[in-house]
Amino acid sequence: MMHQFELETARNPEALRRIVIEPVSRVEGHGKVTILLDDDNKVHQVRLHIVEFRGFEKFIEGRPYWEVPVLVQRLCGICPVSHHLAASKAMDMIVGAAQLTPTAEKIRRLMHYGQMLQSHALHFFHLSSPDLLFGFDSDVAQRNIVGVAAANPDVAKKGVLLRKFGQEVIRVTSGKRVHGTGSVPGGVNKPLTPEERDYLLKDADQMVAWSVDAVRIIKQLHRANPGLYDRFGEVESTMMSLVDPSGDLDFYHGALRARDAAGEVMFDQVSYQGYHTLLTEGVKPWSYMKFPYITALGDEKGWYKVGPLARIQNCDRIPTPQAEKERLEFVAHGNGKPMHGSLGFHWARMIEMLCAAETIKTLLLDPDITGADIMTGGPRGYEGIGVIEAPRGTLFHHYRVDDDDLVTYANLIVSTTNNNTAMNVAVRDVARHYLDGRELTEGLLNHIEVAIRCFDPCLSCATHALGKMPLEVELLDAAGILVDRMVKDETGGVRQSLA
Amino acid sequence: MSNGQDGKSFFLDDEEIPFEDGQTIIQAALSAGKYIPHLCYHPEFKPHGSCKLCTVRIDSRTITTEDGQTVKIPGRAAASCTTPAQDGQHVESETPELLDLRRTLVQMLLVEGNHYCPSCEKSGKCMLQGLGYDLGVMSPHFPQYFSKREVDASHPDILLDFNRCILCELCVRASAEVDKKNVFSLSGRGNTKHLICNSESGLLGDTNIAATDKAANVCPVGVILHKRHGFEVPYGQRRFDRAPISDNPVQYAPVKEQV
Repeated sequence: MMHQFELETARNPEALRRIVIEPVSRVEGHGKVTILLDDDNKVHQVRLHIVEFRGFEKFIEGRPYWEVPVLVQRLCGICPVSHHLAASKAMDMIVGAAQLTPTAEKIRRLMHYGQMLQSHALHFFHLSSPDLLFGFDSDVAQRNIVGVAAANPDVAKKGVLLRKFGQEVIRVTSGKRVHGTGSVPGGVNKPLTPEERDYLLKDADQMVAWSVDAVRIIKQLHRANPGLYDRFGEVESTMMSLVDPSGDLDFYHGALRARDAAGEVMFDQVSYQGYHTLLTEGVKPWSYMKFPYITALGDEKGWYKVGPLARIQNCDRIPTPQAEKERLEFVAHGNGKPMHGSLGFHWARMIEMLCAAETIKTLLLDPDITGADIMTGGPRGYEGIGVIEAPRGTLFHHYRVDDDDLVTYANLIVSTTNNNTAMNVAVRDVARHYLDGRELTEGLLNHIEVAIRCFDPCLSCATHALGKMPLEVELLDAAGILVDRMVKDETGGVRQSLA
Repeated sequence: MSNGQDGKSFFLDDEEIPFEDGQTIIQAALSAGKYIPHLCYHPEFKPHGSCKLCTVRIDSRTITTEDGQTVKIPGRAAASCTTPAQDGQHVESETPELLDLRRTLVQMLLVEGNHYCPSCEKSGKCMLQGLGYDLGVMSPHFPQYFSKREVDASHPDILLDFNRCILCELCVRASAEVDKKNVFSLSGRGNTKHLICNSESGLLGDTNIAATDKAANVCPVGVILHKRHGFEVPYGQRRFDRAPISDNPVQYAPVKEQV
């Protein structure tokens, strides 16, 4: 197991060449990677930096609590439903809604599983499939979704339509495909009409079938090249996620469970209401993104990963039959050991997409989904904590509200932040294995980005920043003189220009 | 079209509009089903004439110059909410010049306050937003003023978000004329003008306003809000989701007293 701090800080950085990948492309948001190399191209330091800052937590303060689920979701355009629902769950506690009505909870679940479907489809097909289908160092002009559409039109079409369906589920439940208002403290503002239910239901079976196909694609890639797929960007770490009371996978609600790198349960059914004592948010001077860790284990041993790879290996069962069958195959592939290779995220993510598709169908067939009882409440509270399994992992929202109904405190730990240390370890592992001692090429640098993409990081969420996708890499000698420069523009075109 | 009760009419964008003595141009137009954009006008209150959205041109003329060219001499500009209708006058409202003027006024209002529609619970039923859509406001155009105004949440049932105030004084008039409470006033001059609450502390919670008062239910934008009810109405069912603000002019017309 690679030590988390290995390659984090070089002993003599001033004497090393500095390579910058900025911004990292085909991820949500804006980040950069710096690599320090010596004259023999040996890697001495690798850091994934998150360089933007927006500070949503501050400007939520002073706003009325019922506005927060709608306001806070604006920090992201990819998985706003997660923030919408996590904030709603926290505000349920403010309005005393200890238990939502069956209709309200199922509408929220439908919205959330729709989001899981669309976000996972977007990531796998649009952002990652070019690397996986063509190769990490394939022709950069082809290595994008347009290239996938040209070479594999059926795959691209399924990706687009899966995402569209997920967005339609979100639109029907929240009013809009992006940034709806469906969830309010204490419930939801509308149930489904029978017409809306039937509209979604007519495509539900197709989505399940296409999700099965997607699992098959990534499964075949693993089996065809286990040396690469099982080991690339390996991050042996603790895994944390929510599970339901029986240990089943649940994206909407549950309690925290963590397994160590060997798969042994470290803690289980821990209420997320105590997250702030369970976890500590560490900071480092070179990144705006925090580095959370399990307090009892300290920052050196307490870091963990969240998201699909953690969830699939943390739960005891997936409550939908086809996804559970795939989970069992996934577990069997590891021969009794957890998978920590970062490309395993894709396989786990596609199993989750299948689970989401199956769950959407189940919910649509539930008569509660068109019920009329959508709001509840109870004794007024002053502190609310809402946690949800967002597409990228466990998402924490925590608020305090005063007597006048205004928010006085807000704290968010977003999924990508939980994975901060794990992502850094992954890129260091890749740098050491693929870059060490070799001449710099675009394809080699893309290996770094492939490792980051496995986590599907949402740097906008993590730092509340929006990013651009072009890539610029500069190679400086030990004296800091620019000796080589590569630029990738928005179209994916790469040009090399000596300074 | 038949003439009004008094047999009088004027022309609005070349369409004959009947009116009764004492009616303003906007009252007669709205009663006849012709929309004129407005924000500070309300059929239940005395006209105010401050927002200027309802500005029209009256009695423009066309003349022929000595060299034979036809030239339009613009009529006088007037707020249609304060200008009495007159028999036979020609009023222009839907002209490119006036639509541009209104669009500019809305843009200026949008940048003067902090109007973040995406997270505002009045979105979809806000008259400023509705007019923005109706007039084709596609961008703020002007630099944001970024005013810093506090929220007053001191009242148990009503929240004031001063960031969105457009100084229409509808709440001031409603509280004074209907509720007889004088809860609100405007204070300051020029760009420091702002809405205040008439209590010793300056807080709404120390006034005698009630959620059922007219003043608590008349705000055309998102300043005076009923607490704990935000976002209850889903997309598609909000007031201006169903129809644009200009769709049913008669809803803004004065209600005739039953004889």
